[in-house]
Amino acid sequence: MNYFNLIKIAINALRRNKVRAFLTMLGIIIGVASVITMLAIGQGSKKSIQDQVSKMGSNLIMVMPGSQFRGGVQMGNSNSKSLTLEDVNALKKQCRNIVALSPEVRSSGQVIYAHKNSPTSIFGTNLDYLAIKKITVANGRVFNDNEIKASAKVCLIGKTVIKNIFGENFNPIGYTIRFNSIPLKIIGVLSEKGQNNFGQDQDDLIIAPYTTVQKRILAITFIQAIYASAISEEKSQMAVNEMESVLRTNHKLKDGDENDFDVRTQAELIKMFSSISDVLTILLSAIAGISLLVGGIGIMNIMYVSVTERTREIGLRMAIGGRGRDILMQFLTESVLLSLIGGIIGISLGIGTSKCVASIMNWPVVVMPQAVILSFAVCTMIGIFFGWYPARKASNLDPIDALRYE
Amino acid sequence: MGRTIIQVKDLKKDFHVGEVTVHALRGINMTIEEGEFVAIMGTSGSGKSTMLNILGCLDKPTSGQYILDNVSMADMNRNQLAILRNSKLGFVFQSYNLLPRTTALENVELPLFYDSQKSAKERKSIALEALEAVGLADRMHHTPNQLSGGQQQRVAIARSLVNDPVVILADEATGNLDTRTSYEIMALFQELNSRGKTIIFVTHEPDIARFTSRNIIFRDGHITKEQYVSERSNARMMLNSLPNNNDYDY
Repeated sequence: MNYFNLIKIAINALRRNKVRAFLTMLGIIIGVASVITMLAIGQGSKKSIQDQVSKMGSNLIMVMPGSQFRGGVQMGNSNSKSLTLEDVNALKKQCRNIVALSPEVRSSGQVIYAHKNSPTSIFGTNLDYLAIKKITVANGRVFNDNEIKASAKVCLIGKTVIKNIFGENFNPIGYTIRFNSIPLKIIGVLSEKGQNNFGQDQDDLIIAPYTTVQKRILAITFIQAIYASAISEEKSQMAVNEMESVLRTNHKLKDGDENDFDVRTQAELIKMFSSISDVLTILLSAIAGISLLVGGIGIMNIMYVSVTERTREIGLRMAIGGRGRDILMQFLTESVLLSLIGGIIGISLGIGTSKCVASIMNWPVVVMPQAVILSFAVCTMIGIFFGWYPARKASNLDPIDALRYE
Repeated sequence: MGRTIIQVKDLKKDFHVGEVTVHALRGINMTIEEGEFVAIMGTSGSGKSTMLNILGCLDKPTSGQYILDNVSMADMNRNQLAILRNSKLGFVFQSYNLLPRTTALENVELPLFYDSQKSAKERKSIALEALEAVGLADRMHHTPNQLSGGQQQRVAIARSLVNDPVVILADEATGNLDTRTSYEIMALFQELNSRGKTIIFVTHEPDIARFTSRNIIFRDGHITKEQYVSERSNARMMLNSLPNNNDYDY
């Protein structure tokens, strides 16, 4: 028996029970549609996170001190003192692809006001820093160049710190707090930023002129990081290259020497967020996949019923020359057709649902062709897997018993 | 008489039901030649159904020989038997066994689906020819529930004809039909027989057996009587002698 005949017989058999065939398919339809939709939403959210991250800071370039090589000893990164203010000045002068540049020195310690104290971090920066990190001031003013030059004891303060040492809704401008025994006058309050995507509180900080932090709090001459903004996202790799070469020259590194600093962009961050989103997608799809499995069991159930119900038909087919293999293939084809047609409808429904979600809930969705191909493959597998036992049962029937079956 | 179509020698069939062995056939010998119209008769439990199953290659004998159209079925497996059934046998059942919600034409085509030699076009023309032979060409697109019992049985007969079998096996083919329709079916069988078809007809009704050319009577697994029908009835004539439906006033 050739395959064309087989498919024709199977289609005829399914046509005889349209409603039942449809209800059986429904399990597969819902399963496939939900898998497709979940994957589309997952992919969409991944893409939207990537978009968001790149919107807020794919221009962001961080320079961290790298490990140094001193007298044949590889030094750790954290103690490295390879970045200096001269580097900042050189970068400022020579790099054309960056628009903002700030040194960063930081320290953590206790911030004290009256009888209250709280642990927090202080960041020493220049004025560009606020622009680079997209921080704004809600109240008061930022420090000026003179205050930077003078290492003035002034600071900007985050909402969380205010809450911890002054209490909520307190306007602390003009008050003087102490950070590790250094008194700092509050001149501005930072706008609330909330938690970042890692769950860190972005309002638990104090910003002061880098000179103040460097000299008065840390008493160091080096800096701990340099932050910069590239002119545009496209130019950011050029900016990175430019900065690397400036820093290498400045650090008098010879060809072949390893960088004693580390220039990074937001690319790594994007990668990380994507992986989180991937895990979520897999999880959601797995749940949707379970409904697909249930749909498969539905097919198996109906095929069993169908075999029992059509026992006489099977007997007849055997009597007129159907071999066991023909019967097996017929029922297998029926179950594969059921699941494949269900799969096709499910895929269309899934794509439709994704589009609806996109337009009604304003979620970004991306239907991947791989998901569609995978669904096809899975449906075929389900058809074969769950159709096998009923088909086997049919093919093993004894024609005499089958013909006499009531 | 023509060549031998069926030759059965010392055929035995035992069934094992639990620890009891039932001897359904206890040594059957018979020969059927081309063009015969044989009735196998007997009460229930006589072994006639078992005989038919074996003749139809649906079951294998415990011992003995069965040669169908010069082919011995002794060493055949399930698949080979299926191919044999497809190429050499036609079945007509008491309950028609038509596929529901399937047109007469498609029902008749069915055996040809298992013969990969035939194209869709050939299938259709052969099936149509068979339907014409039973006088139902105009009903080819009707489904079984749109046909009367007699018409359904005629579709089933057409189905048994499409593979041009060497022998048609009919199992109580008139059992579900009223007298008039039975006669119609028998008339059809006689017509087919007159055109050279070999027919084996299992029945327990003596008046149906009168339409055949030879009666073989089974009892307890033996052939107890075998006789040629001396005064063979003509079903067409009997049919005409029945009061016509139109004679009644409704």
